[in-house]
Amino acid sequence: MNLLDFFRRSKEPTVASQAKERLQIVLAHERSDRNSPDFLPALQKELLAVIKKYVPIDDEKVLVKLERESGCSMLEVNVELPTPAKGASKPVAAAS
Amino acid sequence: MAKIITMTSGKGGVGKTTSSAAFGTGLAMRGFKTCIIDFDVGLRNLDLIMGCERRVVFDFINVVNGEARLNQALIKDKRVENLFILPTSQTRDKDALTKEGVEKVLDELKKEFDYILCDSPAGIEKGALMALYFADHAIIVTNPEVSSVRDSDRILGVIQAKSRRAELGLEPVQEHLLLTRYDLDRVEKGEMLKVDDVLEILAIPLLGIIPESPAVLKASNVGMPVVLDDKSTAGMAYSDAVARFLGEKVEHRFLKPEKKGFFDRLLRRTA
Repeated sequence: MNLLDFFRRSKEPTVASQAKERLQIVLAHERSDRNSPDFLPALQKELLAVIKKYVPIDDEKVLVKLERESGCSMLEVNVELPTPAKGASKPVAAAS
Repeated sequence: MAKIITMTSGKGGVGKTTSSAAFGTGLAMRGFKTCIIDFDVGLRNLDLIMGCERRVVFDFINVVNGEARLNQALIKDKRVENLFILPTSQTRDKDALTKEGVEKVLDELKKEFDYILCDSPAGIEKGALMALYFADHAIIVTNPEVSSVRDSDRILGVIQAKSRRAELGLEPVQEHLLLTRYDLDRVEKGEMLKVDDVLEILAIPLLGIIPESPAVLKASNVGMPVVLDDKSTAGMAYSDAVARFLGEKVEHRFLKPEKKGFFDRLLRRTA
């Protein structure tokens, strides 16, 4: 460090502190994923089978997600239904 | 009872092999009979770092496959008593390793050695899993840098889920952090993660901090474990880490910038 830096030193967050913050955020996510139960793929498959009995849907258009926040877990299931042909039965809204 | 130590990191290029060579040599210098095994099948390098590349005849895979006896494959170090290297194959791939094969070799080594140090390949695939599966201790080599810290966290998760100790519900693998390539100047400037930052994130005990040092490249150029360069900061830091591993209380050195004179400051002279 030279003399000028001494006077110029600002209170801006350093790049190192940004690195720390980014790591803390990304690792919090990855650690919670690591502990997520492994029944999700099976659950997704069975849900899909049930829905298929009633509506023709695309295998790719189902999303099952488990989110954990402090104190509660939320299971989120998103199913995108095909655009109904005219005169077909009422569309079912995406369940969430 | 022999202990199995795995040197691992997830990320490549952070200094696993350098650390294995230095740490293993350090253990042997303290009188413990030590064997360092190269688990990086197909990309062998421990032999080069240890300076025994021209003495490799048989390797780890030959022993696993029963093509050679263990004593034919072990290379005795010429500088340090009690130190042996088990090189790996340069031509085979990671599939040559099986749990049963590795276990057989480790069991045989356990009869003769105090410490068996497994130098893991990068990644979290078969080679790395084989290297960590039988571990009693894991030394996580980490650079103060985002991708290395993230991968260290990942490999800690793998150790906690997929090691033999985890699978059998035994006492967990003891984890140690070895922070390498630590550049004090850059830390002071706020350009590099501090030791405390990395410790706070990974939350495992600190075994040692190896300062960034030109001695590391110099040592690898000539095939000498850097711990033998007892004048270098890196060499001293590895030897401190070994002492700490053996239960001694040793202060962390090289954490304060050297006092620089007025002219050094003005001219930004570096050591």
